[in-house]
Amino acid sequence: MLTISLILLPIIAGLLTLTTKGENAKTIASIFAFAEMILGAYVYYSFMPNATSQFAASYDWIHSAGIKFSVGIDGISLILVCLTTLMVPFIILSTFKNNYKNAPTFYALILFMQAALIGVFTARDIFLFYFFFEVALIPVYFIAAIWGGENRIKVTFKFFIYTIFGSLFMLLALVYLYMQTAGIAHKSDFESIYAVAKTLDITQQSYLFGAFFIAFAIKMPLFPFHTWQPDTYVESPTAGTMLLSGIMLKMGTYGLIRFILPITPLAVDKYGMIAVILSVIGIVYGSIIAIQQKDMKRLIAYSSFAHVGLMAAGIFSGNIDGIQGALIQMLAHGINVVGLFFIVEIIQQRTNSRELARLGGITQTTPNLTVYFVILMLGSVAMPLTNGFVGEFLLLKGVYQYNAWAGAIAGLTIILGAVYMLRMVQKSMFGITSKITDGFADLTLSEKVVLFPLSFMVIWLGIAPNMFLKLTEPAVSQLLSIVK
Amino acid sequence: MNAIIALSLFGISSLFLGFLNNRKILLPATLIFILIALGLNFTDWNHEYLWFNSMLRTNNLSINFTTVILISTLFVVAISRGFGNDEEHSHPAEYYAILMFSVVGAIMMVTYENLIMLFVGLEILSVSMYVLTGSDKRNLRSNEAALKYFLMGSFATGILLFGVALVYGATGSFDIHGIALAVKDAKSQMGGMYGPILTAGVIMMLAGLLFKISAAPFHFWTPDVYDGAPSLFTAFMSTVVKTAGVAATYRLLSTAFPDMYGTWGNPMIYITAITLIIGNLTAVYQQSFKRMLAYSSISHAGYLLITVLAKRPETNSSILFYSLAYSIATISAFAVLIVVSEAKSKAGKPDESFDALNGLSKNNPFLAFVLAVSMLSLAGIPLTAGFFGKFFIFTDAFSSPFIVFKSLLVLAVLMSAVGIYYYFKPIIAAYMRNGDTEKIEISPIFKYTLILTTILTILLGIAPDLVKKLF
Repeated sequence: MLTISLILLPIIAGLLTLTTKGENAKTIASIFAFAEMILGAYVYYSFMPNATSQFAASYDWIHSAGIKFSVGIDGISLILVCLTTLMVPFIILSTFKNNYKNAPTFYALILFMQAALIGVFTARDIFLFYFFFEVALIPVYFIAAIWGGENRIKVTFKFFIYTIFGSLFMLLALVYLYMQTAGIAHKSDFESIYAVAKTLDITQQSYLFGAFFIAFAIKMPLFPFHTWQPDTYVESPTAGTMLLSGIMLKMGTYGLIRFILPITPLAVDKYGMIAVILSVIGIVYGSIIAIQQKDMKRLIAYSSFAHVGLMAAGIFSGNIDGIQGALIQMLAHGINVVGLFFIVEIIQQRTNSRELARLGGITQTTPNLTVYFVILMLGSVAMPLTNGFVGEFLLLKGVYQYNAWAGAIAGLTIILGAVYMLRMVQKSMFGITSKITDGFADLTLSEKVVLFPLSFMVIWLGIAPNMFLKLTEPAVSQLLSIVK
Repeated sequence: MNAIIALSLFGISSLFLGFLNNRKILLPATLIFILIALGLNFTDWNHEYLWFNSMLRTNNLSINFTTVILISTLFVVAISRGFGNDEEHSHPAEYYAILMFSVVGAIMMVTYENLIMLFVGLEILSVSMYVLTGSDKRNLRSNEAALKYFLMGSFATGILLFGVALVYGATGSFDIHGIALAVKDAKSQMGGMYGPILTAGVIMMLAGLLFKISAAPFHFWTPDVYDGAPSLFTAFMSTVVKTAGVAATYRLLSTAFPDMYGTWGNPMIYITAITLIIGNLTAVYQQSFKRMLAYSSISHAGYLLITVLAKRPETNSSILFYSLAYSIATISAFAVLIVVSEAKSKAGKPDESFDALNGLSKNNPFLAFVLAVSMLSLAGIPLTAGFFGKFFIFTDAFSSPFIVFKSLLVLAVLMSAVGIYYYFKPIIAAYMRNGDTEKIEISPIFKYTLILTTILTILLGIAPDLVKKLF
């Protein structure tokens, strides 16, 4: 029931927001988003650290086809539910300075998106998962395409077609698995699918692996399926970018953990190396491009592309460190990237520019902004005692165990990450004050309200990662026991 | 079966209603007539009857198809706005009467037991459509479309009739169950080798029927006719005629010729593949919304044929669900097209290009939303009925015994991705491009119909079981 209310609350909130006029939309949306956050916190505190699916609920959905509306939260879902419920309120708060036209629709779409995301992360039925997986795309597409930048129409269209194209292959794979389940009445819940997956031979698994891989690799995105990503991130309004990179990207990594590993273990054994190599290429390639970027938003977009490569490599390494690292890194990356995009938004609002060459010297007048920016930056470059460190350390350990060379090259991420992040902070914040950064005002209260909790979480999660790691461990171990 | 009788009577009475001075009564009267027919349709529920000296056979499947047809007709009539725009040239009573007569033909096509009835039903439907296609008398394109449709349509009907004759020659029966028995005998005696007469008969009948549902390579008339006909009748053609055609094909193949799957299965697979490819790829290049919808209707014929091909007990409900989802969404789309193109007429002619939709979300947010939902449904995106339509088709297709079928499925998936490309053009035009800021007004009945179709589309997209259980 709790899970159902987690999904329903944002939908109701969204519908309520639609009925409001103008400015009220923000307030209503944020109140409900915080209510959802409290609900999320309650889920976190009452979660038992074992491998079962908790707060489960199941209803007949398509009775004749044996498809159920079945949801539940296990350790793996928990991390992502926490991420979603935690981030959406801050994403909404971060827009408080903007005056969007049709604001009620804008905030309603964010809330609908949240509902769909929670649905993706809690679904316990493959078709329910697919349903939410696709539904999540619609609100974010409209957010990006209506409130985005100049090239928005073309760019978001490419993004939409690209991702749908990928997920259609996943639909084929899911239908195939579903048809393999025994009996006159087929079943589509995760347990039955995992059970039937055990009976598949290597050829079948290879096809399934291919289909799933395309879907999730486009979603994350992995090299060479990433071409939609930087443009979409840059053209979307910042709230849309935050949703895309902070949360939606994790649908891909979640899918890898939930589907590819347990359903096609033989194929992962055979082709996992290719996936790891692609991921590692993505890390190095993304980082190198990020170093050369002039636009801050684009730089963070490429850094996100590099980070997700490491997560994918960790997951494909198929050991507990890699997966645990990926899970904690999903949370950490979500927090960092939302914070960083918000800072870019703040800079853009005050100077009308995101170009590094035109910025500089902002620190002179903004002690607060500098502190938050540096904390978030350090989290992103995986400085010890920040959240990024825990994730990247575990991930690199996992990849290294899988293949020492891959691990060594993936390790470049720490060096390259430091290069582009420090370069960004240095060029934008330090140095000589430029014409447009002269008299840059420091953070206002509403901005602090967003940045303080985010920065706090960066450090807190860096000091006490165990509060999540111990919750996910049983679920991850059980998953790996299916794989073995 | 009472629905056929009732509708014929209603058609005639609606002609007489045309003598009244008050034309406003026609629209509500026709709506009531169709609702009554819809109610009468269910009197045969759960009873399999033979009618009129075993000419027609009602069973639950045929009743369900009739329901889909009547619901589509109801919506089409509801968005007709009484044809009252042009006092001089419109003959609303005739149009409503012809619509009802054509529905009689459509119902016969889904209920036939004797092949003669299939032919008669098809002719009733087709002749009505030839007339309605050309009903915009002053419009050259409408005339051209009617003539084109008539010439090619009568040719196709001729081929169908020839096929019926050949099948009769080979099996000695017009009755589809009788034919099935004869085919079974032939199978057991000759071990799956059928004479050339029977084979040719089956293929010719299929060609005639596939022409009606505009499957490639029998689709060449479709874009021109759909484009030239008044939009309302195009909506009728692409929903009711298509549903009836698919249902008739399905009835023929699954009742009379299930044992000849080896004969018609292979050509049908290629026809389906070509239909999917041509329909979708050509739709991408269209500049006119109406023409795009014409090609989209070709592509949906392809998806429907997949279900016809799949041998599975659940197939019945899949075809029905898909037809319903497709019809509702198509009618919504045409409704938006009708009002927008009239509001934005260029040089006296309605503007049917995508550009006419520019800025619709500001001029009339309601219409833009209706358009978006219908396009999402046609594209098969979740949260709309179209997704589950496609989903049921894919599950059916996966259970088919043929390997080639699975590659057909991959093609279908690729083509749905192509579909998203062109279905999003109207959405982009409506929401993201700017147009002139002229408000577009719509009448209440029009609005309520669209609310109904949109709610149905979303409802079926969230809880498909509501309808699937019934089928």
